[in-house]
Amino acid sequence: MAGTRAARIDPDTVSWYEATARQRVRALVDPGSFREFLGPTERRMSPHLPLFDLPRAFDDGIVVGRADLDGGPVLIAAQEGRFMGGAFGEVHGGKLVGLLRAALELKPTAVLILFDTGGVRLQEANAGETAIAEAMRAIVDVRAAGIPVIGLIGGRAGCYGGGGLIAGTCSRLAVSEGGRISVSGPEVIETNKGAEEFDSRDRALVWRTMGGKHRRLIGGADAFCADTVAAFRHAALDLIRRAPTFDLATLDAEQARLESRIARFGECRDATDVWARLGVNDPEAVPAMDTRAFDETVSRVGDADHDAR
Amino acid sequence: MTLAEILASLFPSGHAVAVQDGLVTGSGPFEGGTMHVVGIDGDTPLGVEGAATLSRAVLDAVRTGDRAPILVAVDSDSQRMSRRDELLGLNECLAHLAKTLLLADRSGHPTIGLIYGHSAAGAFIATALATRVLVALPGAEPSVMDLPSVARVTKLPLDKLQEMAKTTPVFAPGLDNMVATGAVHVVLDPARPLAGQIRDVIDGMQPGDVRDRLGAERGGRPVARAVAAAVIDQARLG
Amino acid sequence: MESLTFRHTTKTPLPGSVPSAITGVVASGNLEILLERVLPTDVCEVAIETPIAGYGDVWEAVVADFVARAQPGGLRISINDGGARPDTVSLRLLQGARLMEA
Repeated sequence: MAGTRAARIDPDTVSWYEATARQRVRALVDPGSFREFLGPTERRMSPHLPLFDLPRAFDDGIVVGRADLDGGPVLIAAQEGRFMGGAFGEVHGGKLVGLLRAALELKPTAVLILFDTGGVRLQEANAGETAIAEAMRAIVDVRAAGIPVIGLIGGRAGCYGGGGLIAGTCSRLAVSEGGRISVSGPEVIETNKGAEEFDSRDRALVWRTMGGKHRRLIGGADAFCADTVAAFRHAALDLIRRAPTFDLATLDAEQARLESRIARFGECRDATDVWARLGVNDPEAVPAMDTRAFDETVSRVGDADHDAR
Repeated sequence: MTLAEILASLFPSGHAVAVQDGLVTGSGPFEGGTMHVVGIDGDTPLGVEGAATLSRAVLDAVRTGDRAPILVAVDSDSQRMSRRDELLGLNECLAHLAKTLLLADRSGHPTIGLIYGHSAAGAFIATALATRVLVALPGAEPSVMDLPSVARVTKLPLDKLQEMAKTTPVFAPGLDNMVATGAVHVVLDPARPLAGQIRDVIDGMQPGDVRDRLGAERGGRPVARAVAAAVIDQARLG
Repeated sequence: MESLTFRHTTKTPLPGSVPSAITGVVASGNLEILLERVLPTDVCEVAIETPIAGYGDVWEAVVADFVARAQPGGLRISINDGGARPDTVSLRLLQGARLMEA
């Protein structure tokens, strides 16, 4: 349904990281163009959370709908990282899967997924995990139909667990410094393997290993954004125009790209070792670089830009 | 059933499937042609190297153009949990493996997942759940997270979770619950030859993704299908 | 979870014609508020779902104060609470009413 009003934000100044999912969507797309599907007044809430005595959200933590981006029609999904860590529950997952399936019929210019998720919602784990598999299949179908699927990652929950796998299925990814992309989160690794394997309280280690700059330098993301809605909008428009096709040649290239990465950096203990081998002059300086300096660094790294995704 | 027993039942005249470091690759004669086999054995965690080995095998199969079935046999741990794997982009490697299986399916290879042991989380999504039809053998233990870990994260007492697990398939580990969710299509009969059962599964394959329909019919995922359908309906209206 | 519902009559309808609005997020110490212009113009109903039981009288006071200040006639207000403090609840209710008036 259309038209449930929410507070507006200024795309040039407001932090993507701090904004809510609904604020990100409305500020990202052309003004006034967003129409929500299964909006909050329809109250499609989790049937399962009450069993755990947990509060529900009217949209189950994901906003989906259609909008225009620079005049072109797009379908858009945005996860709310502050509700249950943006995790995939049954309704949440069903909304994303439905949106992707709708893309096959509507043939929009692109599908945008604003990730902000810790992965599967444990209280609905089987439904969440299956929905992630369904979403990945649907993304491949959409890409194969020639429609780019663009992931935007810069929220407080990052993009973890199955969210990281969905992100890796997209045509292109834009990430900010605060965006983290990973399968196992720091706490999960520490809990299972000990603090000597991963000290989750070492935030600098978390950013170096999983953060947006590392992902961009090794080619795990295709654009690096300042933490504003305007920067993500600019990146999304650019990435839509240069999305790789989904076919055997692309996946052969991705196979070669990933094998080469493992062979060259498999012995590295820390991200700074990887960056040094990539040819970054002063790896220790990377975390403190502003966007402009970082973009210049990226432009000199051969691994960062490719069509192998 | 063990992997060796499964392969013997699938390929009674012999096969060329090998296991190295817990990774399964090879092929065997099937229905007058070939069946490719990839997989994970021995509760092995799936890291960046393992994922790349399996995806290479799948791409090699696609490149032959033989459109032969690809069996993905799984008895795995979860994804390998390490700083090194995440540093090297485990999310890309697991997603790539899933994409190769989805490409194979789109390229005319029937893809069949077979879970005969454990599997969890990212390893499960990248392998068995990326096939067109996922079947299981009795005793399989797919899970997202074991109940003691769920208890730790949700801060609910374990005995309460165990009680809830009996009536709420949406969160509890185990094969029956993944069947109810629609993720596992059917449980095979280990007493009968697997070759014929797998052939029947291939013959019965349907277009599209039927998992949310199965989940609704079986009651393990009561609303996902209706939610997805409602989104599509509203999208059509613009 | 505890469910609470409060129904008030107001002297005036809430100005404006926005049919619905939402503000806030269900998170620890926060809440989401959905406002819908669906009731008779002299009625306001507030329905609350909260995981923290036993604070019905606090909710009652916060809602009564909001109704007296905003005169939100015609609104059905639905709250998913994540354990918000009363001052946060008041702030969000007033934010929501402003969105409906604009």
